[in-house]
Amino acid sequence: MSTHAPVHVHAAPQGFIRKYIFSLDHKVIGLQYYFLALTSVFIGMFLSLLMRVHLIWPQAVLPLVGDIKPENYLAFVTMHGTIMVFFVLTTAPQGGFGNYILPIQIGAPDMAFPVLNMLSFWTTFVGFVALIAAFFVSGGAPLHGWTGYAPLSALQSAGPGQGLGADLWITSIAIFCIASLMGALNFITTTLDLRAKGMKLMRMPLTVWAWFITAILGLLAFGVLLSAGILLLLDRNLGTSFYVPLVVVNGQVMGHKGGSPLLWQHLFWFFGHPEVYIAILPGMGVTSQVLSTFARKPIFGYKAMVYALMGIGLLGFMVWGHHMFMSGMSPYSAFAFSLMTMAIGVPSAIKTFNWLGTLYKARIRFHTPMLYAIGFVSLFVSGGLSGPFLAQPVLDIPLHDTAFVPAHFHLIMGVAAIFGIFAATYYWFPKMFGRMMNESLGRIHFWITLVGTYAIFMPMHYLGLAGQPRRYSQFTEVAYLHNLIPLNKFITYAAIITISAQLIFLFNLFWSMWKGAKASDNPWEATTLEWTTATPPPHDNFGGHTPVVNHGPYEYSVPGAPRDYIMQNDPATASTH
Amino acid sequence: MATLSPTVTLKDLKTGHGGGIVPPPKTGGGGDGGGNGAPDYGGRLRRARLGLIVALTPIIMLFVAFTSAYIFRQGLPTLDAAGKAYIRDWMTVNLPIALLMVNTSLLLVSSITMEFARRQITRQAALAPVRSIPGISIGEERGFPWLYLTVVLGIGFLVGQWFAWQELGARGFYLATSPSSSFVYLLTGAHAVHLIGGIFALLYAAATSLLHRPVEARRIVVDVTAWYWHFMALLWIYVFALLVLAR
Repeated sequence: MSTHAPVHVHAAPQGFIRKYIFSLDHKVIGLQYYFLALTSVFIGMFLSLLMRVHLIWPQAVLPLVGDIKPENYLAFVTMHGTIMVFFVLTTAPQGGFGNYILPIQIGAPDMAFPVLNMLSFWTTFVGFVALIAAFFVSGGAPLHGWTGYAPLSALQSAGPGQGLGADLWITSIAIFCIASLMGALNFITTTLDLRAKGMKLMRMPLTVWAWFITAILGLLAFGVLLSAGILLLLDRNLGTSFYVPLVVVNGQVMGHKGGSPLLWQHLFWFFGHPEVYIAILPGMGVTSQVLSTFARKPIFGYKAMVYALMGIGLLGFMVWGHHMFMSGMSPYSAFAFSLMTMAIGVPSAIKTFNWLGTLYKARIRFHTPMLYAIGFVSLFVSGGLSGPFLAQPVLDIPLHDTAFVPAHFHLIMGVAAIFGIFAATYYWFPKMFGRMMNESLGRIHFWITLVGTYAIFMPMHYLGLAGQPRRYSQFTEVAYLHNLIPLNKFITYAAIITISAQLIFLFNLFWSMWKGAKASDNPWEATTLEWTTATPPPHDNFGGHTPVVNHGPYEYSVPGAPRDYIMQNDPATASTH
Repeated sequence: MATLSPTVTLKDLKTGHGGGIVPPPKTGGGGDGGGNGAPDYGGRLRRARLGLIVALTPIIMLFVAFTSAYIFRQGLPTLDAAGKAYIRDWMTVNLPIALLMVNTSLLLVSSITMEFARRQITRQAALAPVRSIPGISIGEERGFPWLYLTVVLGIGFLVGQWFAWQELGARGFYLATSPSSSFVYLLTGAHAVHLIGGIFALLYAAATSLLHRPVEARRIVVDVTAWYWHFMALLWIYVFALLVLAR
């Protein structure tokens, strides 16, 4: 007996435009998100390369960009951060893989609102175009960083790039907010309403849990960022004073008075901290899924994993103040924020120990997705351990504006989330394209990326402790930083090698799409519903029928079972669960 | 020749209230009527209502953010012009209360007419399958155009708000006059933008009626917009109360 009729009345589309451009199919939309993120990540990476090269050879005149002036460097900082946080770390794990995999994993034929789904992708795309356009307008891209602190971000005359470029930046963020809200609405409704018969909440794969909780975080956080952006646009263009106090720029008194720059920081970080979890939670879900599959063991502590995800999401809304210790804050508030921040260590540690518990005494199959999942755990630990340091106001105040902070957040939210994306790519590629990615290239890519990442970001902690400020475009002339030049050179070389190695991934991705070995329907011998359908899945995902779920998501090595895994839709007699 | 009285059907359909509870599916076979090829209106309505509840969350968050910014700014001491001492510079806005009360009553009445429109189309949707049975004729229920009346009242509210803005200007409070007046324009403007969205949804429902789309599909649009509309009325009362009580 089927539980749900098809969500969408729409039949399989004919014609290129309806099939690949304005498609209503969640799988096509997922791939559109993925390729948008892929384009973005290469732009963002190129900007980081320019910054690293400029730091150690400040006089170098580079091809394409020419001489890098301090304002260019700050524009690169801003655009690198914005592109990476919004259009890569938010777009690929949630919009890309969430869109493609979530409906299949819960046994649904599509998202709850397919038209809304298409709109949310194309709205995201418009936001991307608006952001990139900031490079090409007069004055160039804004200088205020991805955090857009007022009053720098609120005054048109505050610097080159703070004119039209900054307006485009804010508009892009506002559009992105609306797109993300539409996406979150779809994810939540789909998860609540379209699960196949037998897919109880506690039988959902941890990936689905992670996407679901991420969507809730997005639903609560993006509205607040939107409100902050609206106020900023009013301040910039209609003369209001929400953020701008009485301020003098270049000897000229601006027309504002009575605004509070701290207001922007509160609103921004109320969004900004949950955003960190929006980027990382899907990676945690993928890691759990991949570790269990390739360790051939049930995930250790499934329920604890679910509650830890919820705990991280909940606490994530109570810690925004730890970004503002430097901004002036009552010591009592700082203490509260510090305590809540360290409390996040508890659910994070639960997750880490459960991952290790899953690996313990396992017969591990070291395929590329597994390598990346283990890499995720490694980066999550080494990036996470510096978190409790920065959660202390007394330590944060000297470290906040140094390279220590970029080192911390790149490891934990930047590269760890990217490793989650890589694990997901290598893991689901066979399902998406019907072919396997090349294992040897995958391994080479993994080892260079892992070692390269550590080579870039580990020394950066020491730079921070030694007092090298972040965001400065030049430091080689400064006497007290002179001894740090060799270490900086080392970081730049490591960055050049690591970034070059990503071309291996790019080659592997496109080469395998056409030339890879044919994949079976379930090449990893995994248990969740996406592996029960054809490869690649048909338009309605399950070819006219809806699956019935009888098992939990991670039933590997069940004693007495004929195979070492039981798929979720296997007959109920196969196990006790 | 059987003739059904619409009132009897209405009673059965009261279960459709409050979101989440699905009215009896027209196929009568239980579940979502899947598998028989008929469009699954019951499931679509349930999903649309769920989606609406989810969609209201970020709207609430938007206004929560505005409210906390409002309260925060109100209590914030700022430096005086000489930069020597902290002063409290919050300027109480002289609101056109009487006009806003008129607008409020317009919007509340529109919420009532919206509810009538919702019940009307629920009735029509319930009778649609009966009407399609050959040999059964039901008195064609044209009814009062509650939907259009709601649109007119909604536009009336917006026009009233526009006059309120004009009046504010006449009293010397413009958008950039002081943070307090900025917040008045911001909160009323943000509410108006959301209400315009509701008006577009109603116009869309009216347009689908002209395009002869099935009444069950139109009913979903009207039903969800009705809940949204009631929420907008509540939201306005909240905004109004905030502006009056926390001056």
